[in-house]
Amino acid sequence: MQLAEMYNYIRSFSTQHIVPRVCIIGAGPAGFYAAQQLLKTSADIKVDILEKLPVPYGLVRFGVAPDHPEVKNVIHTFEKTASNPRFQFIGNVNVGKDVTIKELQEIYHAVLLTYGAEEDKLLNIPGENLNNIISGRRFVGWYNGVPADSNLNINLDVEEAVILGQGNVAIDIARILLTPVDKLRNTDITSFALEKLSKSKIRKVSLIGRRGPLQAAFTIAELREILKLDGCKTCWRVDDFTNVNQVVNTLARPRKRLTALMLEYLEKTSSDTEAMTKRLYPIFLRSPVEFLGSDTVHSIKLSVNSLEGNDVSTQFAVPTGLFEEIECGLAFRSIGYKSVQIDASIPFDIKIGRVKNIAGKVQDKLYAAGWVATGPVGVILSTMTNAFQIGTLMSKELPLTENKPGFVGLSKILAQKGIPIVLYNDWKKIDKIECERGKILGKPREKIVDINEMLEIALK
Amino acid sequence: MALVNHLKKFSRSVLNIASNYSKYTSNTMMPFLQTTRGASTTQPLSEKQEVSITFVKANGERIKAKGNVGDTILDIVVNNEIDLDGYGACEGTLTCSTCHLIFSKEVYDALPDKPTDEELDMLDLAYELTDTSRLGCQIVMTKKLDGIEVRVPSTINDARA
Repeated sequence: MQLAEMYNYIRSFSTQHIVPRVCIIGAGPAGFYAAQQLLKTSADIKVDILEKLPVPYGLVRFGVAPDHPEVKNVIHTFEKTASNPRFQFIGNVNVGKDVTIKELQEIYHAVLLTYGAEEDKLLNIPGENLNNIISGRRFVGWYNGVPADSNLNINLDVEEAVILGQGNVAIDIARILLTPVDKLRNTDITSFALEKLSKSKIRKVSLIGRRGPLQAAFTIAELREILKLDGCKTCWRVDDFTNVNQVVNTLARPRKRLTALMLEYLEKTSSDTEAMTKRLYPIFLRSPVEFLGSDTVHSIKLSVNSLEGNDVSTQFAVPTGLFEEIECGLAFRSIGYKSVQIDASIPFDIKIGRVKNIAGKVQDKLYAAGWVATGPVGVILSTMTNAFQIGTLMSKELPLTENKPGFVGLSKILAQKGIPIVLYNDWKKIDKIECERGKILGKPREKIVDINEMLEIALK
Repeated sequence: MALVNHLKKFSRSVLNIASNYSKYTSNTMMPFLQTTRGASTTQPLSEKQEVSITFVKANGERIKAKGNVGDTILDIVVNNEIDLDGYGACEGTLTCSTCHLIFSKEVYDALPDKPTDEELDMLDLAYELTDTSRLGCQIVMTKKLDGIEVRVPSTINDARA
């Protein structure tokens, strides 16, 4: 160890050449896309990407719905990045605990935070702690194999569920609940989730948003998909669409097409009497006020809202003083994610839940990209562009005055603490076993959800 | 008893593999996509007709590339390893809009197929959306399209509507 240190010391004085070394924290899309850009824009840079879990790809593995396998094609690009000899994946490292940001700043020329937004926002209303009120984020983690969510306590032996929120995560949750379970059998959904979903009694799901159809948060592809779901009928409320017809033609194309699609199906609601066993009820202009029930939720009290403001895109909801109650034996909270402060030295805005930054710059030699910096909005490819931009910025600003130990220094710190690390080739061992187990079940993979088992396979 | 059930389940799942697999492919591939892909792979070698296309980047850089009749524009970008960051992230499965291209009105009107709802849905998430925007993965090159120019938006990007 001392020899290596000395070598670096001598090197920093005896040669002109300094190898830039960058550390990225979080191996999701933002981290991989930033790494790709750094490797491209700086010819001799070395990029190390640290990940808390032993497995890479963040929300591509743990967020993208199992019935959307095409979206996961981006992994092929990440695999290409991982094959670059100047890149290293280092899994099972909990930054803030195993190694501090300050230590990383000493051993790397620059540090980039891309650890996403892992907590969900609370509603902060009475009754929120009743049984069977589930965090939407944890439900997604449960069916997608997030180790910490594998023990989720959820009862699907009820007929009516409500989802609070109308973003694409809310749509994913609704679709997983309403999809004929046989359609999920050949996806990479976790086996325990599939087993439970196959016994689900849910037949009615309400999707509740505080504003109106013109402010709907879901995107059109996700809406179209759920409208066409086998054995499920979407029932809109005609009253929610008062005056929408008059406005639709004044909207810009994306919002116009989304609204037109809802209006098209609104008409089908009244004419189509086909008997379908499951129902989706999108409900606008309602805010949750209170969950009701003794131990377990049995209904939700909603405030009836109206919209104020002239501009359709910025209209806001105000309570009218009227209320509505909807029965539900299960409720999901899906009103957005927030980030956490993993290390006390990171400037952090606790109120909005993200790292304080100006266009990706946190402070000297510290940057942030993806949801940890922008907040949890946008599809995977808004994250891509953001990460490309920050990667380019970092390349320009690299402070190359002295050589830094990089991975050698990091290994030393982790070895002292007895933290085993999982490199990319070790992950490939986990990957191989997951695919083999999946093959037996007719699935692309069966995800391992036990961290100890992952480590056992990786470190063998 | 539990073991018997387990074994039953196991054999059922094994028997299901074949049928599940075919379901899987037909569900995830749009029918027109299959035709697209089919056209580019079933083209007999001897009948391959070369076509060219010029990509004009936002900074004015022009990249001329060659492909064959039946290739999609995405195929041409991939086969020629053209340096367009993030282009075609979902690999032509209509789940992103990173292969967004802008055509002139004349070329747009001359394109053989009109965009489907699903293509328009993805285009709606693209920045710099125009009335003559298309996704490169959906445009199959024909002899008639030989020599066309297409504009690559400055931010290949998705955003919420």
